[in-house]
Amino acid sequence: MSGRSVGLVQTQFYTFAHPPAELVLESGERLGPVTVAYETYGTLNADKSNAILICHALSGDAHVAGYNTLDDPKPGWWDDCVGPGKVFDTTKYFVICSNVIGGCKGSTGPASIDPRTGRPYGLGFPVVTIADMVEVQRHLIDHLGIDKLLTIVGGSMGGMQAIQWAVSYPDRMQSVIPLATTARLSPQSIALNEVGRQAIYADVSWNGGDYYGKEAGPNSGLALARMIGHITYLSDASMQEKFGRRLQYAERYGYNFQTEFAVESYLHYHGGNFIRRFDANSYLYLTKAMDYFDLANGHGGLVRRLAGVKTKFLVVSFVSDWLFPSYQSKEIVSALMANGVDVTYCDIDSPYGHDAFLLEVDRLTDLMGDFLRNVCIKEGVLTA
Amino acid sequence: MNGSVVRIDLDIIASIVTAGARVLDLGCGDGDLLLKLAREKAVIGRGIELSEVGVRRCVAKGLSVRQGDIDVGLSDYPSASFDYVILSQTLPYVDDPKTLLQEMLRVGRRAIVSFPNLGYWRARLQLLVKGSLPEMVFSSCPWYDSPRVRPISIDGFLAVCAEAQISIIDSIYLNGTGQLRGVRKASLWSTTGLFVLECHGASRCSENRFRAGDGKE
Repeated sequence: MSGRSVGLVQTQFYTFAHPPAELVLESGERLGPVTVAYETYGTLNADKSNAILICHALSGDAHVAGYNTLDDPKPGWWDDCVGPGKVFDTTKYFVICSNVIGGCKGSTGPASIDPRTGRPYGLGFPVVTIADMVEVQRHLIDHLGIDKLLTIVGGSMGGMQAIQWAVSYPDRMQSVIPLATTARLSPQSIALNEVGRQAIYADVSWNGGDYYGKEAGPNSGLALARMIGHITYLSDASMQEKFGRRLQYAERYGYNFQTEFAVESYLHYHGGNFIRRFDANSYLYLTKAMDYFDLANGHGGLVRRLAGVKTKFLVVSFVSDWLFPSYQSKEIVSALMANGVDVTYCDIDSPYGHDAFLLEVDRLTDLMGDFLRNVCIKEGVLTA
Repeated sequence: MNGSVVRIDLDIIASIVTAGARVLDLGCGDGDLLLKLAREKAVIGRGIELSEVGVRRCVAKGLSVRQGDIDVGLSDYPSASFDYVILSQTLPYVDDPKTLLQEMLRVGRRAIVSFPNLGYWRARLQLLVKGSLPEMVFSSCPWYDSPRVRPISIDGFLAVCAEAQISIIDSIYLNGTGQLRGVRKASLWSTTGLFVLECHGASRCSENRFRAGDGKE
């Protein structure tokens, strides 16, 4: 990977849907006002044709690249792909990323204050869906004055949003890049999400979702949910390569129940890290939004559901991804093909499991870069 | 198959395809044919390619290609969605050639198929004298280093077309880099056969259409 950092970035906020003109959610419930946290990188060109929307996954946020402060230990979550000279080159493109609704990184979610009560929503927050996330992003894109996005890209839950965009607003983008995703969450993934939620419910500190302002939140429950999540993001091969049976601290077995194996230590580290940066109720809401995602549901099959889609697609899956297996991407490709959509599909032979969409930077840079360059040529987008 | 023979194969296909046509190239490799057709004939081209590397090279050329296995079939492509479906030098490697040919003619108005001819006199002679299949069947590798292959002769190909009610619109016989014209027993003298096909009885086409529609969702 090459390219430079975008440097310091400021998170911005846009608030809309003030009562009584609340946002009507897919469930029929109303929510307002809605604040969306977002960051932008690069410059919007004169005819506003160079804008790229990045949709983040379950634990992501609007901070996709660069640093919010000079003291940040790490850059944004997709810094490998966003910046000058990188695949989403900020000297050419105007890159937007926003935190999803229901999240906990600046957009309205269960930890936000409910204006009706003056207290955090907690479980009083309405259940949101992937389509609701897209609806909020659409308001933001309108606010930014952009009619047509050059591309919408996202992996995992971000990929669901990208496909949902193409269905909800087929005229609002030139292309879509769903990575390691699905058009309907599989029972296996629902099951794993449910185990994560049960870990949170079982933590007494969760207290029915009412833990804000209290001494401790459901930290052990959330950490356990995250540990389960991390197992699903890896693969047998990547765990072999990363940890093997290596012991973390000792030369030999301790014959006790301390953390011994490197893989245990990895999970504990990530679980412990997660509670400092994520809200347990948001974890419940976002996993639920994924569970409900089934594009075809009630629309007479995926082929019919995708009938209005007009934009070019680049669909990418990863051979070792068992959370969103390749066959699920192939289903999307097949349904798009049946509708005569211009689709490119690549099944990248990576050992890194679901995490590959964040790790296979070089191959993704080639693929997405070539694809995007071609979209620009075809649509006459001036990016220089 | 050596490089120059493949080249002329592509040149001939490019001369057959009409300008602006919708083209599906099965087993499109690095995308050389699709790129040539896009440049010379301004076609709307699509490809299917088995290898990830091939797909990435196609994307680098600005082509729309789907990574996939043509043996899985073309059932998700709508009927008559292409003017030409092309299978260049790949027929000996497919699992079910007859079904694939029928599917090509369901998805496309016409099909273009080329393959190395096992019936070439030198191949026949080698089998007779040496008792081994000729190298042309196995690309440039020895047989044990080659993908599984089902050698095809032009006569065998014509027979399956007749059986599947597929009409031959055009037959082009190649010897090395040259085209054989007005030669009797051309199947004996050609190293490569190239055929343009069309569906012949309407009944067969609609039967295919029905079957493909069935498997969609």
